[in-house]
Amino acid sequence: MCGIAGLFIKDPTLEPDLGRLLALMTSTLRGRGPDSAGFAIYGDATPGLVKLTFAAPEGTEPEALAARLLSALGVGGIAAIRHSHAVVTLPAEDVARAEAWLAEHAPEASIMSAGNRLEIYKDVGDPDDVAAAFAIAQMGGSHGISHTRMATESAVTTDGAHPFSTGAEQCLVHNGSISNHASLRRALRQDGIRIRTENDSEVAAGYLTRKMRDGESLDEALTSSLKDLDGFFTFVVGTESGFSVLRDPIACKPAVMAETERYVAFASEFKSLTVLPDIASARVWEPKPATVYFWEHS
Amino acid sequence: MPVVDLAKTSLRELNMALQQLGPTTNETDWTVLNPAGEHAIAAGVDAPVTITIAGPVGYYCGGMNKQATVLVEGSAGQGVGENMMSGLIHVKGDASQSAGATGRGGLLIVEGNASARCGISMKGIDIVVKGGIGHLSAFMGQSGRLVVFGEAGEALGDSLYEARLYVRGPVAGLGADCIEKEMRDEHRQELFELIKASGEAGTVDVSEFRRYGSARKLYNFNIDNVEAY
Repeated sequence: MCGIAGLFIKDPTLEPDLGRLLALMTSTLRGRGPDSAGFAIYGDATPGLVKLTFAAPEGTEPEALAARLLSALGVGGIAAIRHSHAVVTLPAEDVARAEAWLAEHAPEASIMSAGNRLEIYKDVGDPDDVAAAFAIAQMGGSHGISHTRMATESAVTTDGAHPFSTGAEQCLVHNGSISNHASLRRALRQDGIRIRTENDSEVAAGYLTRKMRDGESLDEALTSSLKDLDGFFTFVVGTESGFSVLRDPIACKPAVMAETERYVAFASEFKSLTVLPDIASARVWEPKPATVYFWEHS
Repeated sequence: MPVVDLAKTSLRELNMALQQLGPTTNETDWTVLNPAGEHAIAAGVDAPVTITIAGPVGYYCGGMNKQATVLVEGSAGQGVGENMMSGLIHVKGDASQSAGATGRGGLLIVEGNASARCGISMKGIDIVVKGGIGHLSAFMGQSGRLVVFGEAGEALGDSLYEARLYVRGPVAGLGADCIEKEMRDEHRQELFELIKASGEAGTVDVSEFRRYGSARKLYNFNIDNVEAY
């Protein structure tokens, strides 16, 4: 099972509704995966600044940790707090320092994402509760993806929830199961890709990150994954300006898409799309197997 | 004329009421409001009644149907009419993958497109899709007829037994042991009957269709392959 959803907005007047619509879409998929949920939102960017999103260790205050981090770095960044997560906005050149400081002083904190626009929020529990805790419905943005999880390959923890981000401004949600994740994880780690969990889907994210690091475009990396990933999968992938969908050659896992003048939407089930404006007049189709679908903001 | 609003009544209550209907029931015309993509709506009905569902349905709508007429005024999720025995299921929108899977009888009509694995392992059901169908449709189809007004995806009729396939549009590729076959009068006749049953007599011309069926090389024992056993 597991439920995945994605929304790529074409009409800027719809951007303030991104979080609200994505939360509604995700809510309809609760039955597919009630144990945890996560949201990736591409919001506003400030030139030269990077948003580092992390979850504070359980039982600790994200605000206090963010304050310690900023004071240690001495850069006077800004921290925003959402439930258990902190988003620290830093000059791009300080991100690696911040990650190193967290690894040393708060090793149990989980880094969710780093990017000019990307923020990722995820937690265990009912997807509706997770969305409410992070106030996802109040967030605007140009595109976002989400996941409701029924854990199969790794434990029910915040770290095991999707979306996964293994590279700046990149994120992935996955419905399916990848069989060769252990050997791929070893190879990717040796090749310098940071993979934090034992989850199979994070390996898929890391695979795409490596391919793009080595010069492939997102659609080329996805095409390569058809050859190298053994298993079944539907992926929805976000980058700073792009949004992509891929199903394995058998198309084991359900997927349905809708497009209007105002948005492109993806969901595991059609009912998830019924919450969108003008869905009755949208073009609705099921993505073909082994075919990369890609949209990008200019 | 019972009207059941799924915003107020649970799906389980609806299905229990429908499944308890007997052959002589006077409650022959049901309307279901606010289906909201719920799964298994009107599954397991065995009575000569009409059930109109006002909106999109989720997985396995009308599954195992016997005798009933199920009208879906919206799109249907995976496995609509799976294993149906008799009766009619009519989807006014699109159908997701595995429409009519393993169906043994009755007629499934899809006004829009169906998707992957349409009619997979069909065993006597008739399916008419007015749009296109996806890959691996009629996989291991044993009997029954599949009629497609639009195009068919890759591997049509893979490992086909005796189901008969009629496709008007282009076919992306035929599966193992599926071949194009000659259209004879008997085929034009049965195709016309199915088109008529779908309400399109006079609007769709049987001569525009091609027939596909089993080459019968895969499921018959071949002494040349004895080493493989």
